Amino acid sequence: MKARTKFLIGGLAVLGTAGYLMASSITETGQYYLTPTELATKVANSPRFRNNGVKVGARVVNGTIVREPSGRSLSFKMTDGAQTYAVTYRGIAPDTFTDGVDVVVEGRLDANGTFQATTLLAKCASRYENAPDKYKQTPGYQGTPAPRA
Amino acid sequence: MILLGELSLWVALLMAAWTATVSFSGGMQGRADLIRSGERALYATFGFTLLASIGIWTALFTHDFSIKFVASYTSINLPKAYLFTAFWAGQAGSLLFWALILTLYSAIAVFANRRTNRALMPWVTGTLGTVSLFFLMTMAFGANPFERLDWAPLDGRGMNPQLQNPGMAIHPPMLYLGLTATAVPFAFAIGALVTRQLDAQWLGAVRRWALVSWFFLTIGIVLGMWWAYVELGWAGYWAWDAVENSSFLPWLTGTAFLHSIMIQEKRGMLRKWNVTLVIVTFLLSILGTFITRSGIINSVHAFSQSPVGNWFLGFLIAATVLSIFLVSTRLNDLQAKAELESMVSREAAFLYNNLVLVGICFATLWGTLFPILSEAVKGSKIEVGAPFFNSVNGPLGLLLLALTGIGPLIAWRRASVSNLRRQFIWPVAAGVSVFATLLVLGMRDPYALISYLLGGFVFGTIIQEFVKGIGARRKMYSEGLAAASVRLVARNRRRYGGYIVHFGVVILFCAFAGLMFKRDVSATVKTGDTITATDAFGHKWAFRSQGISTYNQLNREAVAVTFAVTRDGQPMGLLSSEKRQHFDSRGEKTFEPSTEVGILESPKQDVYLVFTGAADKDTAAVHINFNPLVWWVWFGGIIMAIGGLIVMWPQAQRAERLSGYMAELPAHPEHELAGASA
Repeated sequence: MKARTKFLIGGLAVLGTAGYLMASSITETGQYYLTPTELATKVANSPRFRNNGVKVGARVVNGTIVREPSGRSLSFKMTDGAQTYAVTYRGIAPDTFTDGVDVVVEGRLDANGTFQATTLLAKCASRYENAPDKYKQTPGYQGTPAPRA
Repeated sequence: MILLGELSLWVALLMAAWTATVSFSGGMQGRADLIRSGERALYATFGFTLLASIGIWTALFTHDFSIKFVASYTSINLPKAYLFTAFWAGQAGSLLFWALILTLYSAIAVFANRRTNRALMPWVTGTLGTVSLFFLMTMAFGANPFERLDWAPLDGRGMNPQLQNPGMAIHPPMLYLGLTATAVPFAFAIGALVTRQLDAQWLGAVRRWALVSWFFLTIGIVLGMWWAYVELGWAGYWAWDAVENSSFLPWLTGTAFLHSIMIQEKRGMLRKWNVTLVIVTFLLSILGTFITRSGIINSVHAFSQSPVGNWFLGFLIAATVLSIFLVSTRLNDLQAKAELESMVSREAAFLYNNLVLVGICFATLWGTLFPILSEAVKGSKIEVGAPFFNSVNGPLGLLLLALTGIGPLIAWRRASVSNLRRQFIWPVAAGVSVFATLLVLGMRDPYALISYLLGGFVFGTIIQEFVKGIGARRKMYSEGLAAASVRLVARNRRRYGGYIVHFGVVILFCAFAGLMFKRDVSATVKTGDTITATDAFGHKWAFRSQGISTYNQLNREAVAVTFAVTRDGQPMGLLSSEKRQHFDSRGEKTFEPSTEVGILESPKQDVYLVFTGAADKDTAAVHINFNPLVWWVWFGGIIMAIGGLIVMWPQAQRAERLSGYMAELPAHPEHELAGASA
């Protein structure tokens, strides 16, 4: 057999293994990424769907965050405007987690319709950007024009 | 100065357009005057981009809050160093910074080749001009750093506290320096394809650029890991997040290229593959920027959604189509000049190395884009997380580690049985003894055991190469041990610098495996209470709370909890973690409170303390992690960077000739005297 053929066989074996690993781990670890409305629709269509672990992207409803003093567990409501879910999260919330931010929670819906989250990511749209327009309403910031060089 | 900067941005844009137009037409008509004009215009593009950058820096330092960018990312009381780094803290500024580096690189590349590669240069200059034009246009029309507010606030919004960290100050520029450098090899590849001058010559011109790119990407990625580790408080350094992946992808293909280029130089093989790798590396760096800036994929890092993403997508598609067209019409010019002779040869080992690197790259890309792919195919977004990447890239990574040891030892063309026996017996023994020792010590995790087995093997191969090389020099030139070691590396920078990089890789793999043994504990304690825990090494730790203190510092107020730490009864010092609230110069809060972790660092393990909340003024809730071997990640990164630097360092003319001559000798270890190149 030519070396080239042998190499190709070896190469295919490597790629095949990689492909198999990819396919199997996608089935095992892949998770639906849904909005609250999509989650409600899926659960309505098939009640057993709530046993699946899912990721949900939504916005925190202002004023609904209740933190346990130790900082290791909290609850809040999340919404996409149409559908709202109560969320309980056990773990340490990231620093960026606050009223009105976009969050991604991972977990499942319990029998009472509360989302039990195991991970919580806060995706602050202004994570790197702190829009100056907020100050437009703050008294004391709008005086003389800023100095120009 | 600010107005001048704003104006310069537009002039730079025109200059870049001029560069592209006259260079391409000069290249087509073979007109030397147009070609020269294009090159001069490229220098001018750099000059005006620099002026625009100075304009932004002036605005940042003079606190001109009428400029949106300045008002969005800085405040009057921000420390001076962060005023400087605010340049790349936001979308618009980082694009300008990117353009600055790109035009600087372009100017250097054109200047360095002002007398060489003349047939290629118009196309190279034109391509670099086009890429610069793209960045300048995206900025001018999509995210202009000079955009003004219709009012001027008295103070800006300040910088995100998580970005107020030395790692974050250096990490982005390093990544940009690395990502941007991929444009130069790309331009040379386009030039070589257009002119059909596809011999090894163009490769020589791009090798150093590929190294520059690899070097800065390596530093940038490791610094990013360090930043995530010390700043984000989740006690890890790599989460397979889309943005992390997007800097990793071009690093993988760039690394593959640095290996496969050797096969083309030595054996004239892999010509299509090398051109493709150069192009793909550049496209992946653009794709990464697109992923980061478009917000199309969920990421904790993502910039907010912006039209800039569409610009990048358009550019990416255009560059891909053009590249496919050029490569496919020149396949005949890219025929290999030699065939693979044996499976047991260095060529084969390098081919597998490339296959695995590209495999990891593909798997990572697949996992990163999977939400988009699944939405397009099945209609619902499915995300894959860290388990996917770990279970695919873990085994592939270990295979790569094994090849790191095998490649350098095996002979070119065809290895003999005696070659194999002589080269491998000691390294294999080293690996096996590490494995056996750990097994006896009680380690049972299979992933970690294999990592250390392979790590011991590769480490053995590197030591063996150095011992042989130093021994040969001492015999031939009767040098002392120190002189022989230094000269061995200095005279063969590519080869021994490469081994030093490999040494860094081994350290990294061993450090990664350490995280298999991490432990953690959560507790809520009053002042005077003690938390006890046992780490993976069996040490007993005690953390006695010294209470919560509040104090002001720079532009922030900090609430800190402090512990007196003992290990097996021996005092280890104090460890504290803070919650910080930042303020602007007028006493208004900026951003949410941020957490500053406390780390008790040692080569054996890090003790990582996170202050999660205060129930009252003397009750603190904390999370403590024991992370084995994390220190070695940073150490391995530094070793890789040093190795990269040695490989890049310009070699003296005489030595170049010598190594060129030596390379002609048949590759048997007996002949591989200290002068032969890798």
